[in-house]
Amino acid sequence: MSHFFTYAILTATIASGIQYTAPFLLAALGETLGQRSGVLNLGVDGIMLLGAFSTYYVAYRTGDLGLALVAGLATGAVLGLLTAFMSVTLNAEQGISGIGVYILALGLTDLLFVKLVGTPTPIKPLMGLDIGLLDRIPAVGRMFFHQNALIYVAFLLVPVLGFVLYRTTYGTKVLACGENPAAADSLGINVHRIRYSAVIAGSTMAGLAGATLLINYGIFQENLTQSAGFIAVALVYFGAWKPGGVMAGSLLYGIVTAVIFQWKSLGIIPVSDADLAATAPAVITVLALLSVGRRFRQPSALAKPYVRGA
Amino acid sequence: MVAKGPGDAPVVLEMQGITKRFPGVLANDHVDFDVRSGEVHTLFGENGAGKSTLMSILYGLHRADEGVTLLDGEPVTIGSPAEAIRLGIGMIHQHFMLVPTLTVAENVSLGLASTRGPLKDTRRVSQRIEELSSAYGIRVNPAAAVWQLSVGERQRVEIIKALYREARLLILDEPTAVLTPGEVDDLFRVLAQMRSDGRSMVFISHKLREVLALSDRITVLRAGRNVGTVLPAEVSEERLAELMVGRHIGAERPSPQGPSPAGEALLRVRDLVVRGDRGADTVTGVSLDVRAGEIVGIAGVSGNGQRELAEAIACLRSPSRGTIRVGGVDLAGRNAAGARRAGLGFVPEERMRDGVIGDFSVSENLMLVDAAKAAFSRWGFLRGRSIRSYCAERVSTFDVRTPGLETPTRNLSGGNIQKLILARELSGNPKVLLVAQPTRGIDVAATRYIHERLREQARKGIAVLVVSEDLDEVINLADRILVMYEGRIIGEAGARTTTREALGLMLAGVAAAPAGAAAGSSAG
Repeated sequence: MSHFFTYAILTATIASGIQYTAPFLLAALGETLGQRSGVLNLGVDGIMLLGAFSTYYVAYRTGDLGLALVAGLATGAVLGLLTAFMSVTLNAEQGISGIGVYILALGLTDLLFVKLVGTPTPIKPLMGLDIGLLDRIPAVGRMFFHQNALIYVAFLLVPVLGFVLYRTTYGTKVLACGENPAAADSLGINVHRIRYSAVIAGSTMAGLAGATLLINYGIFQENLTQSAGFIAVALVYFGAWKPGGVMAGSLLYGIVTAVIFQWKSLGIIPVSDADLAATAPAVITVLALLSVGRRFRQPSALAKPYVRGA
Repeated sequence: MVAKGPGDAPVVLEMQGITKRFPGVLANDHVDFDVRSGEVHTLFGENGAGKSTLMSILYGLHRADEGVTLLDGEPVTIGSPAEAIRLGIGMIHQHFMLVPTLTVAENVSLGLASTRGPLKDTRRVSQRIEELSSAYGIRVNPAAAVWQLSVGERQRVEIIKALYREARLLILDEPTAVLTPGEVDDLFRVLAQMRSDGRSMVFISHKLREVLALSDRITVLRAGRNVGTVLPAEVSEERLAELMVGRHIGAERPSPQGPSPAGEALLRVRDLVVRGDRGADTVTGVSLDVRAGEIVGIAGVSGNGQRELAEAIACLRSPSRGTIRVGGVDLAGRNAAGARRAGLGFVPEERMRDGVIGDFSVSENLMLVDAAKAAFSRWGFLRGRSIRSYCAERVSTFDVRTPGLETPTRNLSGGNIQKLILARELSGNPKVLLVAQPTRGIDVAATRYIHERLREQARKGIAVLVVSEDLDEVINLADRILVMYEGRIIGEAGARTTTREALGLMLAGVAAAPAGAAAGSSAG
């Protein structure tokens, strides 16, 4: 079966793996920021769904992808505000409130799609963007440097988030709020404000993740994300709350997804086993999570609302 | 100690008529309190007397219902710690306010503006920390992660934090509770230097000796009220204790040093090795015997393996090597219930976390162990009447002060919760009683009571093992003292033949010379 692994197929597989990776990576980086501030946002998948839908709807109506992206980002930010309001101001049980956001978004996107769109209509795709001369590098160029702009954004956010967390005073405050909010408070840091900002920024990234997913597909459908947001939460644990680790996990997931897809289309996996094979990325991630994730400690104040003096 | 500050220095802080109500509690009742420039003013009182509430109001963590606060004669409202910091008030909390995963420099500069805008200016911060630490003789490494530091080092970071923010009024909430005697001396030296700089300090403590040694003035709070301000030169330890509890309680009489009990060794530990939470061995070869009728105290600074040793004996943590026998029964492979059946009673260190279930009632917590016994249940159903009469008897025998048997246990004071646990653990007539930190955070009167109960149990022929970080407690209570350092017992002393100083050296890891001489022994 050596001919299945020709040069062209290999590069195409990795290129599509990187494309698959991007939405997971964006959502997981956003979740990392929120969790580092001490807020567990389990509504990521819902935020992705609504972000994807609003992106789709604006593109479908106006044909303007730039405007559509703004809609996706804004949706994420608004849902981030809602999440922060529930988790930080109302001290809601974060595991439950996040599931609430997810179920709301799942139903709402379906309803809105039927009411506002009706007939599935594809939107025009976002073209691949060649980076300078890099895309002409044999193999590597096609794999890495012929993606659409959102994919680059996703990978660029890895060092950006690392820089923010570890090199800026804001990042130190975020880490302090996630580890010991009482200490942050005693030094005059507004814990609520920091957590609001981290959750809103993180959710905006989840909105962008939804938009990226939508643009990869080119069309909206019910439950478009297929729980990608929940996978993203798991990837945060897998990556030990570090941007680089999260990227490694996302790449593993994306590339395994691409390989399975490739094998299916090449007939290596018979059609009868296709559904089983589709679970492989999740299974592999869970196994990796079990072997890697336990060695790292989560932020001490994760999912614990901060109440002064309590 | 350094000469006391002048009595006529200007008043820096004045709190007048401060009143604070919490649901069902009057925490501060028209309290007046003032601090002069360059003075150490101690707030003294039992737990729940209102010291921490008063200081939380000063630091902006709580808001007073009534009363005014004046700084340099100007009325101020302090609504948040940020405002307190801006006004030059610093606070060293009893539970350190540090972020373990961050470095010393990050902790010190947390929340402050950086000279590099949004970017951290680690180099400049580290430089300033070095300056402060050499000016005050406080050794800290700015680049170290806080989780790697010892308790004493963490406190130094807290002090640097306050100095870095140029606090001129520093609140110290029980700063010595977790320190070795040597570390306490270091702390007092730093505080004296800060005092001579003209900084003012509010010192909260209930250790009589320290309060008398350090303070310029002492204000005693009782049940939320200021019951008087005294000068240390004018009061004795006894008088101070009396002011605190509001009645005469007398000095505690140490356990009489009778002939060493020759009873059978009811607890035998041999070559015990226990792994700690971080995966490294924290108990590295401990052997000890506790005989019937004897109280053995294990002294040591927190984190030297005492907790893991106690948990191993209680079968809450499996040892990787060695044996533990209670009354001749090997505890290997047993769980906590098995250890109880072998005759062990256990009062854990974290009483709220491991000793009781806070939301359960007093009677439910008393029944927790024995609920399945025939006297209290039949066919799996609890027998209400016999439970009630049994619990009523326990509560009165052990002087547990509770509004009722159905009161949620978390509403009781620490001392009463500890008495409840003791009542439960002694109900099974154990052969060995293991008590970790018997009176941590417990007021003087309850401490005396608990100590007396432990002596009584020893007289009845129980082998009592007390693990405590409070050196005075161990000296008062134990017949024999074992000092634990880095997972080993590095010395033994008779409680009446040793001195605090000799023990203090051992706590810091300097092994005792055989004759009990303090100085000149080799470092451990």
